[in-house]
Amino acid sequence: MVGGADKSRTIHPLFVRVTHWVNAFAIFVMVLSGWRIYNASPLFGFEFPKDFTLGGWLAGALAWHFAAMWLLALNGLAYLAYGLVSGHFRRSFMPISLRGAFDDVLLAMRGLLDHAPGRYNAAQRVCYVGVILAVIVAILSGLAIWKPVQLQTLTALMGGYEAARRVHFFAMATIVAFLVVHIGLAVSVKGILAPMFTGRAEAPR
Amino acid sequence: MKPPRSERLSAFRPQIARLERRLFLKQGLSLGALSLLSGCTLKDDDAVDRLLMTMSRFNDKIQAALFDPAKLAPTYSEVDVTTPFPFNAYYEEKDIPLIDGESYRLQLSGLVADKRPWSLDELRALPQSSQITRLVCVEGWSAIGQWRGVAFRHFLERIGADLTARYVGFKCADKYYSSIDMPSALHPQTLLALDFTDAKYGYPLRLRLPTKLGFKNPKFIGEIFVTNDYPGGYWEDKGYNWFSGS
Ligand code: HEM
Repeated sequence: MVGGADKSRTIHPLFVRVTHWVNAFAIFVMVLSGWRIYNASPLFGFEFPKDFTLGGWLAGALAWHFAAMWLLALNGLAYLAYGLVSGHFRRSFMPISLRGAFDDVLLAMRGLLDHAPGRYNAAQRVCYVGVILAVIVAILSGLAIWKPVQLQTLTALMGGYEAARRVHFFAMATIVAFLVVHIGLAVSVKGILAPMFTGRAEAPR
Repeated sequence: MKPPRSERLSAFRPQIARLERRLFLKQGLSLGALSLLSGCTLKDDDAVDRLLMTMSRFNDKIQAALFDPAKLAPTYSEVDVTTPFPFNAYYEEKDIPLIDGESYRLQLSGLVADKRPWSLDELRALPQSSQITRLVCVEGWSAIGQWRGVAFRHFLERIGADLTARYVGFKCADKYYSSIDMPSALHPQTLLALDFTDAKYGYPLRLRLPTKLGFKNPKFIGEIFVTNDYPGGYWEDKGYNWFSGS
């Protein structure tokens, strides 16, 4: 599927595009309502600006959070199942190498990294697999603080209720850090955003 | 001199909370600088409100299914107890109701065979048990505390409560009210607590169940009733999830 020899010009399968945008919506709702929930009892010495939160007050934020969690989890499961079964993960994310990612970042900083449509560079691969893991950790730590009695084994695995709150926070922070870079690149690198909607690489190169 | 009750801020908290609730979707949807949802069909406040409420009812059902009546909350030892234990209510600490223990009578109503009111001495004559468990607040913080009193299941059996009914409701001296599902009421760690660190945490009688969030543990209980009609609760009626299990 790499390179011009491929007959198909579809670089992002429909299933990946749909789950990606549903996920983007769910993550935004989870993060922004999560910030409002955080503000009700801040873990660290700061609060999130109220205007950048969702829900208006604690009950509203919780309602959003506990509604969107289903969308996030079910959509995420569908994406994972598709990625594993269809071979999409193997094709798009493998081989994966931290070293390669590091080299690519250096190239990118010197403006030498080419973005080949339909093929993720080593840095992208590491980031995508990393953020998928971060979302999984966010969901598991979320379950651990939502149900510290019924799911107490999970909570204990996270180091207890109070530790699980911190795990949940840092999973969110990782996702947000990824998003800053991810969205930054998606809108600034030419010709990569549209294909994530249409599935088709833009002009032939 | 203390200002009259009506002039204190805490007296306005219910109104403030109502106002906040009315604002929550407007603010929530405007999202400040991010107009994420604008352009979607989610412009109608009522529609979003209804959707979120439907999801909250759905989450009640999921939590009821997830609730294992035999699963015990982790317990701790005395050295783990949080001191001072945080005070939390919809009003300030200085506004707690002061109740005379001598003349206090716990009232019973609803689907209960024996509605005779109970004095504190009578409650203390029942078998007592104690627990050190973690109280998790809906705001996110948690604290470990110790509570002692009557196993709620024992009390419900004793008064001939209809144990097949759906809800147990509580009316409190501080105008707070709440309700829980019967399976949680019958959980072995659900306690009608008579002893706790300080009167401000609910003297003379409060409910303590480690299987639900803090606000489902009403304090200063004046009346307990058993019913099949959804009784709601102070925070629940303002939009907090009803089941709120841990
Ligand atoms: C407004 C928000 C977002 C934009 C504009 C955006 C944009 C994009 C674009 C353009 C691609 C394709 C990159 C390429 O072809 O080189 C992509 C892929 C990807 N994005 Fe996003 N994204 C957003 C939100 C998110 C969020 C919230 C997550 C996860 C938390 C995420 C995770 C991913 C992953 C894992 C891939 C690879 C998908 C695959 O091939 O399986 N994105 N995104």
